[in-house]
Amino acid sequence: MGMTIAEKIIAAAAKVNEVKPGDIHTVELDRLMSNDGTTHLTIDMYNKLKNPKIADVNKLVWIVDHNVPCDSVKTAASHKKMRDFAKENGITFYEGAGVCHQIMMENHVTSGELIFGADSHTCAYGAVGAFGTGVGCTDYLYAMVTGTSWVLVPETLRFNLTGKLREGVYARDLILTIIGMIGANGANYAAMEFGGEGLHTIDMSGRIAICNLCVEAGAKTALMEVDDVALNYLREHGREPKHVFLPDEDAKYAKVYNIDLSTINPIVAKPHFVDSVVDAKECVGTHIDEAFLGSCNNGRIEDLRAGAAIIKGKKVHPLVRFLVVPASKAVYEQALEEGLLQIFVEAGAIVMNPNCSVCWGSCQGVIGENEVLISTGTRNFKGRAGHKDSFVYLASAQTVTASAIKGEIATADMV
Amino acid sequence: MEKFSGKIWVLGDDIDTDIIIPTEYLALKTVNDMAPYAFSPLRPELAGQVKPGDIIVAGKNFGCGSSREQAPEIIKALGIKAVIAKSFARIFFRNSINNGLLLIENDKLRDVVSEGDEITVTLNESIEYNGNKYEIAALPDNLMDIINAGGLVKAMRKLNGLD
Amino acid sequence: MGSTIIEKIVRNNTGKEVKPGDIVTVNVDRVMIHDIFIPFVASKFEEMGFTKLWDPDKVVLIYDHLVPASQVDDTRHFKVGNEFVEKYGMKNIHRADGICHQLMTEAGYVKPGNIVFGTDSHTTTYGCVGAFSSGIGYTEMASILGTGTMWIRVPETIRVNITGKLPKNVMAKDIILKIIGDLGADGATYKALEFAGDTVENMSVASRMSMSNMAIEAGAKCALFTPDEKTAQYCEMELTDRERDLVGDKDAVYCQVLNYKAEDFVPVMACPSNVDNVKPVAALEGKKIDQVFIGSCTNGRLEDLMAAAEVLKDKQIAPFVKLIVTPASRKIYLEAMKNGTIATLAASGAIITHPSCGLCCGRTGGILTDGEVVVATNNRNFLGRMGTSKVEIFLASPKSAAACAVAGKIVVPK
Repeated sequence: MGMTIAEKIIAAAAKVNEVKPGDIHTVELDRLMSNDGTTHLTIDMYNKLKNPKIADVNKLVWIVDHNVPCDSVKTAASHKKMRDFAKENGITFYEGAGVCHQIMMENHVTSGELIFGADSHTCAYGAVGAFGTGVGCTDYLYAMVTGTSWVLVPETLRFNLTGKLREGVYARDLILTIIGMIGANGANYAAMEFGGEGLHTIDMSGRIAICNLCVEAGAKTALMEVDDVALNYLREHGREPKHVFLPDEDAKYAKVYNIDLSTINPIVAKPHFVDSVVDAKECVGTHIDEAFLGSCNNGRIEDLRAGAAIIKGKKVHPLVRFLVVPASKAVYEQALEEGLLQIFVEAGAIVMNPNCSVCWGSCQGVIGENEVLISTGTRNFKGRAGHKDSFVYLASAQTVTASAIKGEIATADMV
Repeated sequence: MEKFSGKIWVLGDDIDTDIIIPTEYLALKTVNDMAPYAFSPLRPELAGQVKPGDIIVAGKNFGCGSSREQAPEIIKALGIKAVIAKSFARIFFRNSINNGLLLIENDKLRDVVSEGDEITVTLNESIEYNGNKYEIAALPDNLMDIINAGGLVKAMRKLNGLD
Repeated sequence: MGSTIIEKIVRNNTGKEVKPGDIVTVNVDRVMIHDIFIPFVASKFEEMGFTKLWDPDKVVLIYDHLVPASQVDDTRHFKVGNEFVEKYGMKNIHRADGICHQLMTEAGYVKPGNIVFGTDSHTTTYGCVGAFSSGIGYTEMASILGTGTMWIRVPETIRVNITGKLPKNVMAKDIILKIIGDLGADGATYKALEFAGDTVENMSVASRMSMSNMAIEAGAKCALFTPDEKTAQYCEMELTDRERDLVGDKDAVYCQVLNYKAEDFVPVMACPSNVDNVKPVAALEGKKIDQVFIGSCTNGRLEDLMAAAEVLKDKQIAPFVKLIVTPASRKIYLEAMKNGTIATLAASGAIITHPSCGLCCGRTGGILTDGEVVVATNNRNFLGRMGTSKVEIFLASPKSAAACAVAGKIVVPK
């Protein structure tokens, strides 16, 4: 019987010929990413083991990205613990070089890999056809020590894309639309698989944005059919695929969705749920205090270009704090070279160092009581960006930038 | 002249405003919210143990550093009756006067006292400790005017015909 | 009898001959309030019973310590500030343009001969353009907002003469640290510092700013430089005779005179945990470091970033060491982007943040923990200033700081 991409990757990692949804398999992991959200806890558990050892240190990538630069003595102690451990054990380590998933995409992930990340948005790696999934630190520790883990084979939801996104509509609008359509638990435990001719029209940045956000529909992972766009991306970054898995024609899907990209509109997800999506036009005029362009979801060069094109020669509204945070050092340097950062700085934006920033919401750019943020980040949960009584709207880079100029939610055609 | 006695807390030279109240706590809503963190980098236990009427005796340059007026306000909020130091930093000095925190300069006392001892102060005249008297200078008139008005806020209210 | 610069400024302001020790009321030319203190200033102002500002155009409000906000209640300060600005008809507000002291001179709010007060101890900075500027608390600020006046005691002046050519690896920061070390943390308390000599005449306004900025660390009330052509160019103005005359007279009376030969200066650092604990970098060489911070109103200007970039060009910072760069203003950040400085710093591995007080005010921006060592270009190394009380802070010039970032330990810059 045919298999989906997720099933094929698990079968290969489990060294079996065939798997089906509901099976539990022990798998060999290709890569293990962890960040400063939880690594200090993993280290504490590791140090309590009787005979602690790392199965294969080359598989580990540790990234300090959530609180950079460090915001408190508590965080400083966690960072130090992580840094010292990485140094002692020879673990690949990044600090201040950007958001973990972006660093992984730029430097490590390749097609066909099975990757655990101690972060829910690890599903982003599906953009190059890698099975990335978020785990807690106990699972992470087990994988770190044994090099293996168990996985429950997920069902797969298939998304056949046709057509092309219209001008001013972004991959982010597409995935928010899908989440709105299937609901915040619409893909619970499942893999979301994307293919079809429409996929070829979406660039890598858009693909990462789509896969990254699938966890907001509850998905275990997201996977895209690898095509020339993905292969070129890998090669430009000096990597070859481990294995390109395409779904079998007779693969079995729990559900199939056919989406015509040309029907997608600019979307806003309203507080406090990612699936609370409406046409951006419905939110026009909503007062905002802060706008955020960045994150592993929408802080890539393409997003900065989209924002810069809108704000060039204009000014940020005086009462709005507009944070622009490139997703990685590479993105920052590229944006600097293209003059995009200069455009944002001239316009009055706050251009920060690559990091999770207010998407993580524990320090940089947090919002206060009753304040409103419009964000290209991943989540709009209650209190996510600061005070428990504050509000986050999610939108595309264009909508966020237009809103920063207007001082209220606005679409790109309004500025 | 006003006379009072109190138990003393002894601190060293150059007690800066970051020690008196670290920046981390400066944006808390009120001075009372900040008071528990007073002196925390140096003496984290102190704020919790100070009793109203206690006196701080310190070395030179007390209050050096930032202009943060929370520093004298917090010391006052803890119930400290006076700070006696070998010398005071300028901005801290003005801020204390403006808030009615009594500062006394004396360059000998610090080197002879021990923490927990009791001293008696006669305002603008002397300090008594262990049977010895330590002379202190009187404050200039313009400062006494602010103190007599009850601090700068009250002086300004008077100016605006409010009190 | 001749006068010192501060005596001349006070005389020009009050129209009276003054001498040190006199208590006089001055008319204030400009005031600066920053985000941390605006809620306190606003409430004291209203408690005092004032209903309008003495002159809204003379008041400048700057958000810098809390930009971007790092704690959920921080934005309350912006809210209070915005309401105050609206209510009292102020126009001069900067919400994310950089550090207050940089903006006050850079945006033209301070001119030679002005008397300026700010709710921040480093307000002494504006002496770089020959202004008498000093830090005050929020209660006094509230009273100035209502009255436009303030009482001061005319300070005695310490004259500092520096002549000759500085060694290449020495910056203005090394000079002021050395002077603070010599004077002690309270050596200039209640006094004015007055800098003169061909070394300071040849300095940029930016370098002078590093020195006047740090004068408070010796307790000084203000720190003054004579306005000259460089000042005029910086302030985008022509100097009047009265401004040119802001020079210490030959027969002026000084309470103390310090004479330095520029050639004798070496790179120095202020060691934990006092600014006057100054030692030659050579004596500290080899100490391992965890982080370097280049920024602040002391050393976050274009020439500072360029000096660091020169050291860091085509080099990488040491593994596991962080270099945090926080430009002092939006204008500086932009200029440094345009002239390639930011690209050089980023390529070396620096973490570059938006202009703000950053780590210098110790609320975020690179906080450290027990046992860590930081070399920083800012103005204070007090206990607990950048994290726990077991963090060691060494204050240094941008050149020294950059060299340490590459080496991963304290080294003398080449």
